[in-house]
Amino acid sequence: MAQSDVEVYLDASSGEPLLPIARQAWLDAQQAGWGDPAGLHRPGRLAAQALDQSREVVAAAVGARPDEVVFTSSAAHANYAAVAGLALGRRRVGSRIVTTAIDHSSVLATAAMAGAHTSVEVDHEGRVDLHRWAAAVGSPGTAAACIQAANHEVGTLQPYVEASQICQRAEVPLVLDATTALGRIGLADDSGWSLLTGWAGAFGGPASVAILVIKKGARWRAPYPTDDYQNGRWPGVPDVPAIYAAAVALDWWLQFGREVSERQRNLIDLLRAGILQHIPDVDVAGDPIRRVPHLLTFSVLYVDGETLTLELDKAGFAVASGSACSASNEHPSHVLAAMGALTHGNVRIGLTSTTTAAEINRFLEMLPSMVAEIRATVGTS
Amino acid sequence: MKCPRPVIEIARRIGEVRIGALIELLADDPAAGPDLAAWCRMRGQRLIVSNPPRFLVRRES
Repeated sequence: MAQSDVEVYLDASSGEPLLPIARQAWLDAQQAGWGDPAGLHRPGRLAAQALDQSREVVAAAVGARPDEVVFTSSAAHANYAAVAGLALGRRRVGSRIVTTAIDHSSVLATAAMAGAHTSVEVDHEGRVDLHRWAAAVGSPGTAAACIQAANHEVGTLQPYVEASQICQRAEVPLVLDATTALGRIGLADDSGWSLLTGWAGAFGGPASVAILVIKKGARWRAPYPTDDYQNGRWPGVPDVPAIYAAAVALDWWLQFGREVSERQRNLIDLLRAGILQHIPDVDVAGDPIRRVPHLLTFSVLYVDGETLTLELDKAGFAVASGSACSASNEHPSHVLAAMGALTHGNVRIGLTSTTTAAEINRFLEMLPSMVAEIRATVGTS
Repeated sequence: MKCPRPVIEIARRIGEVRIGALIELLADDPAAGPDLAAWCRMRGQRLIVSNPPRFLVRRES
């Protein structure tokens, strides 16, 4: 296969490249928002203002108050802080932490470390079983629950409104991991979560900024040492220029995102149909309709994920893979395995805000023969 | 060529047994369990036993 100079980036699920408007905001903030927001001097006051503005943007996006918004350093940190903090605050009630089987690995790891983890089954499309969710959440000794708004690998929407109502009835606080959904789909008003997490890298803000929202009255206690920054919710001097850039990126999606998301939704529909039509023995994962606009995961039978990813890279397409023995993984995607989906030969696609129809058509034109060639070398065509 | 090996092997051999017969597979690859289950679903076969590293598949079609 020919070496290509043009790199089409289709790995937005691992992070959307910094939006140009966010890059500009970061540069602007380096001029005027770089100070310590706790400082009494002018640079400090400017930084404090920028931080306040950033909190307001996030608060409006999720239906919270600005003083409930905290910025952390990564999505994993935000999920850890949220789940472990509720476990700590609710330790007198019990130690059970309920999640879906396909929540992000940082959520599952925190639940296992901070309490007794109950993982609730999902169906073949990745949607959580609400009966089992209710049984787990309603069991005595449940400290907290966490559910994602949408899955980060396959894009399926979780019934988080129903799940949160179940939690409210059982008086169990819920963390809503909104990482994959924020900016892309509207979050239901009044959906009854106690904490919410997100990540700026998911929507074209800096990867070093994540979001933690703690509703007033939540039984949350910091599971780490804190100081005076961010009302004692997350320690250390906030990186205000990065936070400001993150807020600008989120604001862009809220203002202009609908058109982009519609376009992306159609491209994913096109991709899905094209793959099913032209590639024999392929397993396309996730709900085709009730999903975020920009993600698609499919697995190709008899082909190994690393080979496929590298061949796609040579052909000028950057994608991720949920297969075991792709370079970054030793184990297959827990998401695909929990859904009963094929894990080998996996390609995970995340469209960026600038992905074009021409790029997707080129991908579809090239993929069938690439797969056939790889299968021929294995002897399974 | 690593992870698809168990599935590739069973795909190659399934035709050698009659319908209703069993094939035993030994695989220590962490993806073997989920992928054999998925392959059976995609191919209309049945995974009778999934006890890593031991798997038992019955030919149904």
